[in-house]
Amino acid sequence: MSFQPIKFYQTGTFTVGNRLLPDNERSVQSTVRRTNSLNSGHRACQGCGEALGARYAIDAAMEATEGQLIAANATGCLEVFSTPYPETSWQIPWIHSLFGNTAAVATGIAAAMRVKGRSEVRVVAQGGDGGTTDIGFGCLSGMFERNDDVLYICYDNGGYMNTGVQRSSATPPAARTATTAAVGPTPGNVFGQGKDLPLIAMAHGIPYVATAIVSELRDLEAKVRRAMEFRGARYLHILVPCPLGWGHDSSLTIRMARLAHETGIFPVFEAEGGEVTGVSRIRRQVPVEEYLKPQKRYAHLFSPKPREDVIRRIQEAADRNIRKYRLLEEA
Amino acid sequence: MLKQIEGSRAVAEAVALCRPEVICAYPISPQTHIVEALGELVKGGELSSCEFINVESEFAAMSVAIGAAAAGARSYTATASQGLLFMAEAVYNAAGLGLPIVMTVANRAIGAPINIWNDHTDVMSQRDCGWILLFAETNQEALDLHIEAFRLAQALSLPVMVCMDGFILTHAYERVDMPSQEQVDAFLPPFDPRQVLDPARPVSMGAMVGPEAFMEVRYLEHVRQMRALELIPGWAEQFRDAFGRDSGGLLHAYRTEDAETIVVALGSVLGTIKDTVDEMRARGERIGVLGITCFRPWPANTVRDALAGAKRIVVVEKSIAVGLGGIVSANVRTSFAGHADTVYTVVAGLGGRSITRQSLARVFASAAAGTLPPLTFLDLDHGLVERALARERDTRHSGPVAEGLLRDVGLVAARIS
Repeated sequence: MSFQPIKFYQTGTFTVGNRLLPDNERSVQSTVRRTNSLNSGHRACQGCGEALGARYAIDAAMEATEGQLIAANATGCLEVFSTPYPETSWQIPWIHSLFGNTAAVATGIAAAMRVKGRSEVRVVAQGGDGGTTDIGFGCLSGMFERNDDVLYICYDNGGYMNTGVQRSSATPPAARTATTAAVGPTPGNVFGQGKDLPLIAMAHGIPYVATAIVSELRDLEAKVRRAMEFRGARYLHILVPCPLGWGHDSSLTIRMARLAHETGIFPVFEAEGGEVTGVSRIRRQVPVEEYLKPQKRYAHLFSPKPREDVIRRIQEAADRNIRKYRLLEEA
Repeated sequence: MLKQIEGSRAVAEAVALCRPEVICAYPISPQTHIVEALGELVKGGELSSCEFINVESEFAAMSVAIGAAAAGARSYTATASQGLLFMAEAVYNAAGLGLPIVMTVANRAIGAPINIWNDHTDVMSQRDCGWILLFAETNQEALDLHIEAFRLAQALSLPVMVCMDGFILTHAYERVDMPSQEQVDAFLPPFDPRQVLDPARPVSMGAMVGPEAFMEVRYLEHVRQMRALELIPGWAEQFRDAFGRDSGGLLHAYRTEDAETIVVALGSVLGTIKDTVDEMRARGERIGVLGITCFRPWPANTVRDALAGAKRIVVVEKSIAVGLGGIVSANVRTSFAGHADTVYTVVAGLGGRSITRQSLARVFASAAAGTLPPLTFLDLDHGLVERALARERDTRHSGPVAEGLLRDVGLVAARIS
């Protein structure tokens, strides 16, 4: 008689079944206390990593603040798919002003709460990578520098997906976008450009900076919770795969996020006061091809002529991350 | 209380009396003294319950004000010139969101060529952005208009710009009558916004609106702004009762009874024009002045009534619509029952060029004699521009013209002829 072994851990992750954990360690998403801050019915694409990331992060922030939360939102996918007039998916006080001013709007909200003596009300600002690393960068840096009491969350999908997949300063090298076409001798986005926003945030000396991925729910929630324990400027950078822009199957969103971590392409860590205080280690390093192949934005690296030289450069960058953040578990 | 203080200081103290809760500051001449003074008042504790935030740009200044106002705080900032342009996207946004922010604009020219002196090009670039625009003639009026602006803003849930001429007013030491806190508190009720960001009552602000309702949103914005035309005259009367002087209102008419020529203008130049008119009246000429205090919403009917008896209108304006001519005069033409070709545009004082009684008297006399061209540039150095035009005919070149002109002038300082 055949039998199915019971696994307490999902394959390849540390994710443990929620019911096996004590109550205080259970994920917000799997409790009845979940606020559904970003409610169902919105217009995100199937498999949208940003919708998932926003839901995880904001629900966790709601839990951490006992519902005393206000959100400012940059123009972008998240804003467009969540608030098509006269409908809204947001069950929290929420404002969208412009593409490039979200951090400053959040500063204003935080100032209003402070002056009114409502220090229990906390403020999050959220935007995509374009609204964060490019057009909103000035306001974001100002908010960091003044150490305003705001948690800024960047949902990084590596490009301007809302406007039809154009390059941003968070688009990875070699990736095809509408403005970095897969043509010519160096197809896709060029090497040696782009901003590392988490490091830039750390250079401001703000109390807390972290990166997260949507495949590690409990880690993401823990970072939101940790962020809410600080006053002052905090920054959370979440990698959110985009089936539309990355060109992967919409069922692979979680897998792509996990591979970004396990290849070393996206280091998952946290830092306090500008110093790295924790990293999410990798048990087994995955070659970058496994991450690149399912994504059509990298298709030109595999056919018609394999570009092993380019893949090697991507692998080298991943290896550097692994060395730099000591991502591999000690044997 | 009577005080002999700088215009910027007077405005700062008036703003402080309005009990702002969030002030965003970014320096730009000639506005800077206002936020400097406010920063001192907050830091010294004289203005309590107020957050003073040094931001990194004008765009951030308006954005912080947007966030603060949306969360229910009375918000204020000040800017000028390039700063107003740099925040333009947020200026429109504040109006679209219906947020009652008050902003001082210390009017200054727009570059290039860079110029820090006064004209109205900055605010005229934003005239249709959805804000209520008020223009101060004197420092006393600048001070008073801010108190009225806060009340207007929160009554209509619309942002208000108070425009005062850079340097001419902002840096001038004049006697002003500073009201007491009790007087201002009695005139300006506490801020009780219609809708705020509050966890107790979650709302979504700034949602996307498509073609199905966007026209209606804009129409309602227009209707709401037009309501200011009904409120402002009554409040000007209330202001007179409460503070004992005339300030604000839609228009100020001066010696327009039986006037055949009426001069229309905004801001501090009205003082010079009134002096000129007095001199011409003394010579028996039938001339008067109409000062526009409320430029947006445009008080079309009130202007029409005020101009009804005139044969000709001379609009003296410190801005230019390049490629058209006058901006204020284009508005005046819509409100003048007489012939449109008897509305003359006199572009004057660009980039801080002095506007003298002598020059004004010359163009007013010319208008009365029927010899004034439809568009005149007051005290334009015709020789200078003719030489530049001749050079351009001889040698084809591109790029800025300012350097060639300055070489011809031979000196950089502004000249008064």
